[in-house]
Amino acid sequence: MCSDPSLLEGWQWLWCYLSTPKHQQFYASFLVVFAVLIVTAPVTMILGFAGALARRSAFLPLRCFGIVYTSMIRGVPEIIFFLFVPIALDQLVEFIRHRIKCPEITDPIYQGADFVVCMAAKMPLGSSPQWAHGLWGFTLAVIAFSIVYGAFAANTLHGALNAVPQNQLETARAFGMSERQIFRRIHLPQMWTYALPGLSNLWMILIKATPLLFLLGIEDIVYWAKELGGAKTSYFAYPHPDWRLWYFLALLVFYLSLTRVSEVVFKSLTARVSKGQSLLGQATAS
Amino acid sequence: MSCAQTFADYALRSIGFGVRALPKTDITLCEQVVLIGSGMVWNAYFAILAVIFGFLFATALAVARASDNIWLRKPSDWYVFLFRGSPLFIQFFFAYELFAQLPRAGIDIPLGFTTITLATSWLTKAWAGALIVLFLNTSAYSSEIFYGALRAVPKGEVEAARAYGMSGFSLFRRITWPTLLRLAWPSYTNEAIFLFHGTTLVFFSGFPAWQQKGDALYYANYFAEKTYNPFISYPIAALYFIIFTILIIALFGAINTRLNRHINPAECPKIKYRPQMIR
Repeated sequence: MCSDPSLLEGWQWLWCYLSTPKHQQFYASFLVVFAVLIVTAPVTMILGFAGALARRSAFLPLRCFGIVYTSMIRGVPEIIFFLFVPIALDQLVEFIRHRIKCPEITDPIYQGADFVVCMAAKMPLGSSPQWAHGLWGFTLAVIAFSIVYGAFAANTLHGALNAVPQNQLETARAFGMSERQIFRRIHLPQMWTYALPGLSNLWMILIKATPLLFLLGIEDIVYWAKELGGAKTSYFAYPHPDWRLWYFLALLVFYLSLTRVSEVVFKSLTARVSKGQSLLGQATAS
Repeated sequence: MSCAQTFADYALRSIGFGVRALPKTDITLCEQVVLIGSGMVWNAYFAILAVIFGFLFATALAVARASDNIWLRKPSDWYVFLFRGSPLFIQFFFAYELFAQLPRAGIDIPLGFTTITLATSWLTKAWAGALIVLFLNTSAYSSEIFYGALRAVPKGEVEAARAYGMSGFSLFRRITWPTLLRLAWPSYTNEAIFLFHGTTLVFFSGFPAWQQKGDALYYANYFAEKTYNPFISYPIAALYFIIFTILIIALFGAINTRLNRHINPAECPKIKYRPQMIR
């Protein structure tokens, strides 16, 4: 049906236009958003826990590290981290590989406006396939996301751990539980009620941060919206004027529905974890 | 070239004064510090204007959301959902494309006896278009804060004011609004900081930096690409943002003290910057 686009009209034209291979890549890039969310969320939680525990640690250097980590996102826009972390990590990895693989080259790494490492130290190697480059970029992006939002999560979890009533812990101590037992059986389960509002908010922030992948050079939905929406001359099979407005409208609707669904899910989750806890502000904990 | 000379050349480069060409080779630390600092003018401009106008609009929105009139309540609910539920980055792109679709020559509005031509091209410039988006965005987030505070205003205060014969606007201005501000201020400080950080997105979204007049992060990115060394320019930009954030906290803290000047200092709510609770 779609073999000769110039003969098509109306809905048929639109149907064929929306099912071109390029558009299929566009639809596939929505999966990238979900992939980032699915990979980042657990890593963020792990880093968040590590940060929160480091901040509570009795060991001073570790505590200092925790404080610096949880405060770093307070003063600095996250976009700076998104631009900085991937390129810094990339250079760091290449620098280390350069030292290991080509120790005979002693020239400085930074030469004028260039970052020079030997061919064997390139990451990924110049000879590796296209998908390897994509995967490496994706990995760096996910690491950058996790570091930044891990700091957010650490803040939330630290606050939640502090919010658990002290007498609960004292009672546990009176029962003769060890510190480890108290943490696992009393402190941690009760923390979730206090952490959930912050974590649901963090999830929303994470969703709304996914278009920033575009800044990291990943072919995500923003990239494809710009690419496909731009005006196409009659040289193309499906000529059309500048339609970027409609593509971005579609992205807007996509994000609105995603945040809406998450909101509903978190509401029911909040009701579930606060079951059986005597909290005054139960209804307002959203 | 001395650092003083660099300062004279580039201190106001971001708003079009000084040397036109950006440094390309042999970039010194001084050039990076001066030029990135010059870009902060734009971040401050966007943040200050958006917060001032957004504050007024957000108050109106919060009142509208608490109103009994469905025609006021529903549209403002939808407005807040629209701007809080979607990423600022996409809002920038969408707004730019929307403004770019307007006819270049302007819109003619016939008034019968004469015709007014409404210029539209300025909307695609960052100084106006991005400011509008930031203003609308912060209004939505702030109104959520104000709305929450409005519902937390003690009923007794309002009832007492009614007993004194106050109603309507004077009740709002003298009783509800001061209490609302007092309750909302710590969260509102967070929102102002978030908005300030959000201004860095402007020149990375649709809006072009005309004649390379950009914000701090635009120049930091420029240097990082030119020198291929991210370890100098990004930390400089980060340092500027930390300094400005501390200034915002100090300013909003002073306002907080003033709002609570009748309350015992020991009971005065402290501003705690909790970034996770806000967006």
